[in-house]
Amino acid sequence: MAAPLNSVGKLSAERSSFSSNATSFQKKTRSKLISILGTRPSVQNGQLLVSTGVTSLDYLLGGGLAVGTVLLIEEDRYDSYSHMILKYFLAEGVVCHHELFVAAAQHNPHDILKELPAPILDDVAVHKPVEQPRLSCDPTDSLDSMKIAWRYQNLPKVQSALASSSRFGHYYDVSKTMEPEILQAAKCHCFYLPDHPTQSSPTHSPMLESYSTLLKSLQEVIHREGFDVAAPMSKSRNILRIGLHSLGSALWSDDLSCHDNPRHRHALTTFLYGLRALLRSSLSVAVVTVPSHLIQDKALMGSITRLCDNAIALESFKGSERETNPLYKDYHGLLHVRQVPHLNCLASQLPDHKDLAFKLKRKQFSIERLHLPPDLSETVSRVSRGEPAGALQPVARVHPETNTWTSRTPTQSPWATSTWNAEALSSLPW
Amino acid sequence: MYTELNSILNTTPDSFTQGEFILVSDRQSDASFLMHHFLSFYLRARCKVCFLGLVQSFSHYNAVGQRLGVSLVQAKEKGQLIFFEGLKESLSVLISQESNTKSQAIDFLRDPSVGLRSLYEFVRCTVSSSSGGGEKGADGAEEWGPPVLLVDDLSVLLSLGVTVGTVLDFSHYCRATVCSQLQGNMVMLTRCDGEEEADDGDDEGSERLHRGLTHQCSLTLHVQGLPTGYCRDIHGQVEVCWRRRQGDGQHTQKKLFQYKVHDKGASFFARGTSSAVL
Repeated sequence: MAAPLNSVGKLSAERSSFSSNATSFQKKTRSKLISILGTRPSVQNGQLLVSTGVTSLDYLLGGGLAVGTVLLIEEDRYDSYSHMILKYFLAEGVVCHHELFVAAAQHNPHDILKELPAPILDDVAVHKPVEQPRLSCDPTDSLDSMKIAWRYQNLPKVQSALASSSRFGHYYDVSKTMEPEILQAAKCHCFYLPDHPTQSSPTHSPMLESYSTLLKSLQEVIHREGFDVAAPMSKSRNILRIGLHSLGSALWSDDLSCHDNPRHRHALTTFLYGLRALLRSSLSVAVVTVPSHLIQDKALMGSITRLCDNAIALESFKGSERETNPLYKDYHGLLHVRQVPHLNCLASQLPDHKDLAFKLKRKQFSIERLHLPPDLSETVSRVSRGEPAGALQPVARVHPETNTWTSRTPTQSPWATSTWNAEALSSLPW
Repeated sequence: MYTELNSILNTTPDSFTQGEFILVSDRQSDASFLMHHFLSFYLRARCKVCFLGLVQSFSHYNAVGQRLGVSLVQAKEKGQLIFFEGLKESLSVLISQESNTKSQAIDFLRDPSVGLRSLYEFVRCTVSSSSGGGEKGADGAEEWGPPVLLVDDLSVLLSLGVTVGTVLDFSHYCRATVCSQLQGNMVMLTRCDGEEEADDGDDEGSERLHRGLTHQCSLTLHVQGLPTGYCRDIHGQVEVCWRRRQGDGQHTQKKLFQYKVHDKGASFFARGTSSAVL
């Protein structure tokens, strides 16, 4: 049992040593793409992608977030899960040595940074290019552990969680917070609105003073730290990750969520337009959360969504009657994909399913396909076993509640006789 | 350029009706793939094209254009395409705020009550500079056909604080100049929010804009999602509506198609005849 495994291991070791020699075969790479840690080009349109930190969310977004785009997250009612995705996004930036820009009006950004989830460190220290597409929450199974049914060990695990074939992001343990040493290495720019006193100037611009201050400081960071695409290519390039928390809430002195007919109706949309303009011309990527459940005007929410590239909405079961519904007992909420980006390509990658749910396990946040539990009643399995006989299918459809034809005598019903005839004609092997 | 759509609309780059105002609209779906069609169509037809790209960057349109077989960079160099990149222009206005004289076209961002007059001036200068002389230019520059104005998309102006009335004025002025005066064509995209006829009345928004533009135009292409819900193989349906003025009366003709967008084009088919269901 162990022998073939060993030989396989040796073989792969030989192969890897062979490939490390300089052969004439080299992987064709596009030299024009900039190689930055923590990014990869998209298979579909060559766009540079970064991970959101949540592997299943990356899969849902077609591999990751394209650099230069905005991901809009419509917050759940208590902003607990959307806040978590934002922290995942920032933590992934810390691990990949990207620069961060965090803006908030409610919490101090420094506090948000202190609460980032801890990376599962074994794959941070040793950078392995090829990993098994396996969730790391299960312990790495060593060879000497006892195995029952070793024959099945190479079969892929059945998993309902969304995952792509190759590993991209890192895994995090949400039960622990990131060590301060790792955090210290990262370069963070914080924007805490109360620290930036806004003076009301007589301007006719539809944008609010708070938003324009934010946009200005963003532009300053992008310009100063050389994230412009137009900047000279001399020094090594990096990605700026921008996390903007709870835009549109009253703390940004915005009245979108307070009135049916807000006075600053176009403030947030104008800001998002400016944000898109900034991002398209720089190596940066943004995640914006908006408390959409407070915004009464659905048309306004539609125009906010259209000014972002990706848009997802979280709907948690907390406090709703769905919490006690047995259908949803495995999940913490539903996830709706509002918009997928059309960027540099005509056809965008559409998700297979629109019925998605998320759950927060002890250590990990994941998005899964929402499905009903399998129907394991007796009749269902028997009918599907009778399927190879094509002629019999109508029978099975007409009489789903009866037993299968084999257990019945031919004289019992006219259906059964026709069944036997059909079998004789098609001369089945059994 | 999608040949199937050309045969539906009964046009080719060699022969198309002039003086048309085509309105492309969508609801809970994305109609921007049609804008790429019209852009490549009119570039192939050797028209002088003025493109107001308000929502995406030039590189996006260029990348898609390459998949459809036209090079926007070349067209720009040859002077066939005048591309107005709204995102780039807006940045200087939104961030620095002080009025520099570089670009006046987007000064409605500074103060929406100014209106879209300067944007119209930009359009007028662009389209009328080309068609001034029918003869070949002295420097051997190529001669282009009738002017075409493409706008992607108008409803983003509402998000930036411009009122519906102002946008309708803008489109009316453009129509008078481009379609009537210069016998060119005009294609505009507008996007509606929310459900159909959810609450009209005094709704100052994209719904009113859509209704106003429908009144002005001669051909509408309205893209919607499927009424039966999301499907991976059929991306939605397009309602094509012609409004022809024949003799004394005006008559409209409607056709409904389903579509699927591919990597390098789109296919259109009658309802229920997708290859995925047949």
